[in-house]
Amino acid sequence: MSWLLFVLFGGLTLVGGFGLVVTRNVVHAALFLLLSLAAVAGIYLILLAEFLALVQVLIYGGAIIIVILFAIMLTRNSEYPYISDNRQWPLAAVTALALAVIFCSALWQSAPNATNSNSPAFAELGNSLFTRWAIPFEIASLVLLVALIGALIIARSDSSRGK
Amino acid sequence: MVDLVYFQILSAVLFCIGVYGVLARRSAVLIIISIELMLNAVNINLVASASKLANSSPGTFLHFDGQIIAIFVITVAAAEIGLALAIILRMYRNRSTVNVDEVNLMKW
Repeated sequence: MSWLLFVLFGGLTLVGGFGLVVTRNVVHAALFLLLSLAAVAGIYLILLAEFLALVQVLIYGGAIIIVILFAIMLTRNSEYPYISDNRQWPLAAVTALALAVIFCSALWQSAPNATNSNSPAFAELGNSLFTRWAIPFEIASLVLLVALIGALIIARSDSSRGK
Repeated sequence: MVDLVYFQILSAVLFCIGVYGVLARRSAVLIIISIELMLNAVNINLVASASKLANSSPGTFLHFDGQIIAIFVITVAAAEIGLALAIILRMYRNRSTVNVDEVNLMKW
C-alpha cells in the first residue's frame, strides 16, 4: 500500500519537475511547480510527517505559487508567455545527468540499514520547536522580518522616493 | 514499507532536475522556481533520513528533527523568494527584461 502511494506521489513529483524544465510556456511552468509541490506533500504524508504536509500545502501551494504567478504576470515582455533556453542547455543537461548518475550510484551502494519510526505527535513537535530549537526559531523569524522589509524597499516605486 | 534509499534517490533526481533548470533557463523567474524545486528535494531527504535513521543511531538526533529543519528551510525559502522577486521586479523596471544573459552591466 505504501509502495503504491510512493510510486504515485514520487512519479507525480518527477513529472511536475520534468515538465517545469521542459515546457515552453512560463505560466505552465508555475503550474507544474504546483503539481510537484503538492506531490511532495503526499511524500511527507507517507513519511508520517502530517504537520509538514500541512505547512507544505499552505505555504508552497498557497503563498509561494501565487507570488510567483504575480511576478510572471508583472514581468511580461514581447515574447510572453513563451520562453527560450539559453545556448548552454546541452551542457546543462549533461551536467545534470552526470550528477544524477553519481548521486544515485553513491546512494545505492551506501544504502544504510534503516528502520521505521512512528510519527511524532503535534505536541511533541511543538515542544521541541520551542525548547531545543528556540534560538533558531527566533533567528528564522528575524530573517523573515528583514527579508520582508528589504523586499518592500527594493520593490518600491521611484516616484514615492523622489520627495 | 518503502526503504530509505528510494526516498534518497527520488530526492537526488529531483535535485538534478532543479540543477538543469537553473543552468538552462534564461528567465530569472524560472531560475527561482528551479531553486524552489531543489530546496524541496533537500527537504524530502532531510525528513526521510531523520525519520528512518533515528532508531539506528540513538541519542544523536530525534526522529522528527528532520521535520524541524525542513520547517526552517521552508521559512528561509519563503524569505528568499520574496526578496528575489522584488529584485526581479526592480530589474524588469530598469531594463525591461528578466533574461539573465541580457543583464550584463557588471560583466567583465
